[in-house]
Amino acid sequence: MAKDDKTAPQTLPRYSNTFTPEVNAEIRRAAATGIYDIRGGGAKRKVPHFDDLVFLGASMSRYPLEGYRERCDTNVVLGTRFAKKPIELKIPITIAGMSFGALSAQAKEALGRGATMAGTSTTTGDGGMTPEERGQSERLVYQYLPSRYGMNPVDLRKADAIEVVVGQGAKPGGGGMLLGQKISDRVAEMRTLPKGIDQRSACRHPDWTGPDDLEIKILELREITGWEKPIYVKVGAARPFFDTTLAVKAGADVVVIDGMQGGTAATQDVFIEHVGIPTLACIREAVAALQELNMHREVQLIVSGGIRSGADVAKALALGADAVSIGTAAMIAIGDNDPKWEAEYQALGSTAGAYDDWHEGRDPAGISTQDPELAKRLDPVEAGRRLNNYLKVMTLEAQTLARACGKNHVNNLEPEDLQALTVEAAAMAKVPLAGTSWIPGQGGM
Amino acid sequence: MQTFDLEANGLRALNETLQAQTNTTNETAWDVVNPRGSHAIAVGLDAPIEVTVNGSTGYYCAGMNQQATVHVKGNVGPGVAENMMSGKVVVEGDASQYAGATGHGGLLVIKGNASSRCGISMKGIDIVVGGNVGHMSAFMAQAGHLVVCGDAGDALGDSIYEAKLFVRGSVKSLGADCVEKEMRPEHIAKLTELLSEAGIDADPAEFKRYGSARQLYSFNIDNAY
Repeated sequence: MAKDDKTAPQTLPRYSNTFTPEVNAEIRRAAATGIYDIRGGGAKRKVPHFDDLVFLGASMSRYPLEGYRERCDTNVVLGTRFAKKPIELKIPITIAGMSFGALSAQAKEALGRGATMAGTSTTTGDGGMTPEERGQSERLVYQYLPSRYGMNPVDLRKADAIEVVVGQGAKPGGGGMLLGQKISDRVAEMRTLPKGIDQRSACRHPDWTGPDDLEIKILELREITGWEKPIYVKVGAARPFFDTTLAVKAGADVVVIDGMQGGTAATQDVFIEHVGIPTLACIREAVAALQELNMHREVQLIVSGGIRSGADVAKALALGADAVSIGTAAMIAIGDNDPKWEAEYQALGSTAGAYDDWHEGRDPAGISTQDPELAKRLDPVEAGRRLNNYLKVMTLEAQTLARACGKNHVNNLEPEDLQALTVEAAAMAKVPLAGTSWIPGQGGM
Repeated sequence: MQTFDLEANGLRALNETLQAQTNTTNETAWDVVNPRGSHAIAVGLDAPIEVTVNGSTGYYCAGMNQQATVHVKGNVGPGVAENMMSGKVVVEGDASQYAGATGHGGLLVIKGNASSRCGISMKGIDIVVGGNVGHMSAFMAQAGHLVVCGDAGDALGDSIYEAKLFVRGSVKSLGADCVEKEMRPEHIAKLTELLSEAGIDADPAEFKRYGSARQLYSFNIDNAY
């Protein structure tokens, strides 16, 4: 057969599974620009997640509760260990820390409004507390971060809880970035920085190192606030057993663990995708640490990173968390990545659902921006209403699953209610592979 | 003068008592005895009172101070006057690490030496050190003044923003983006004022000024290694 015979069977063009079109595009982008990719959001790669777990529900040996009628409570109290004024939430879903600076004032206000309507808390971020957020948030957690931007004792005392941030799931061991486009007059003033500079938030706290110091730092914070406020310690998911143990030893009332799917306003893509472990992998380790210290339920555990639905909430609670926290999902609920802005996402070289250049401050949805014209697009009242609706749906879904498992409180869900669809998920969640009694690493068959 | 025995009455009672003082209090002078290196002494104060601590303290003495004057007749542990907003803190002896960390305002005077990271992330506080400061002092310093009457250790002013540093003695090394700058008349005037407020006798003409070269203000890959 002639070599140039077009009718002869051809080998199909074959993409490499190593050098995928996406990888090749990044190589070309790096070669052209000489700078690494910076973006917002959390890990986008596929990792074992809550989708890999299923509830068993009731059966011959389990007694379910009646649909939406029989009582299934959702309230949770955080900070019962030392704080004089623990926080009582109506639902076990909180809003994670996101800064004014990273987000517009309207977006922060919307988060406060939605959380308050739903009976839960919202959280400040790496930029201090804004009056809009405090005013609209019935329960506000004030983050105590390495940068200490805007930190002051007046706001500290206005807070309902204090969250000492050691790290976050998107970048355990990394500091923050806020590029100049978002350093407006107001952001600059709150952070005591020149307007328009590319700002770096420190990756480690300036005045303590290690858990022994942290214990003293927590003592100081309690002394300044009269031992009223629950003190949370937030860590990025990396060494959950030891981090939880040390946080409890340092005096935390609440431990917050943020998995690698947890978002950030801006960090190197290589950091987001390659540092930290999935949310699913950290819950049982953290719970084991609490149980070993006889502190499970006395020190509450909040888990975050990729929580999207009531099913995710219920599974996290079943694995032993007391509550979950949402960031990315809350942003989507108030309008982030909405297809109605598709033309503008396209103009920015992205598409709805994939837009993650939050650091550039040009968010068409008016959320991750400080541009007053873009920010005006977000109506905080309407956006708050949407967030409340979304939180309500998640809660109803979690209750539905809990009732199916015969639980009259969502926190009564337990690992025994779950099985895994993959070996990886079974190993991470420490529940049996579906149809077996095998938990990888723990025997069974 | 009110006297408070810390050993006898405990830390919670001390801070609760001092924090309860208001702008109109008549009990403006407080003497704390038996501090014995306790942590978090006189933190979160917010009244124009004068507190004298007779002895050395542990971590975070006078943390987040507002308005008050706290005078320590001894040495202080890490993080003295951390995040101070206003008022004055005077240490007769030496200070451990992170003195004045993240302070937004007020004046911190350390008559002895200060250890590493003095003035780290300072945001408007003025710090006057009678002796030397350790390495990484004024790291990521954003605003305010650090006056060092002795020598400075390695990496002074690393990643500094707009804080102004004055050093009379030697500087072992400057950190990233920190450079020596011209000492203009307004700087001499400010330094004179700070030394006077601190009660330290030193000739402003003997100091050099250091600050940001502002080369790290725009994210640039050449600075990212």
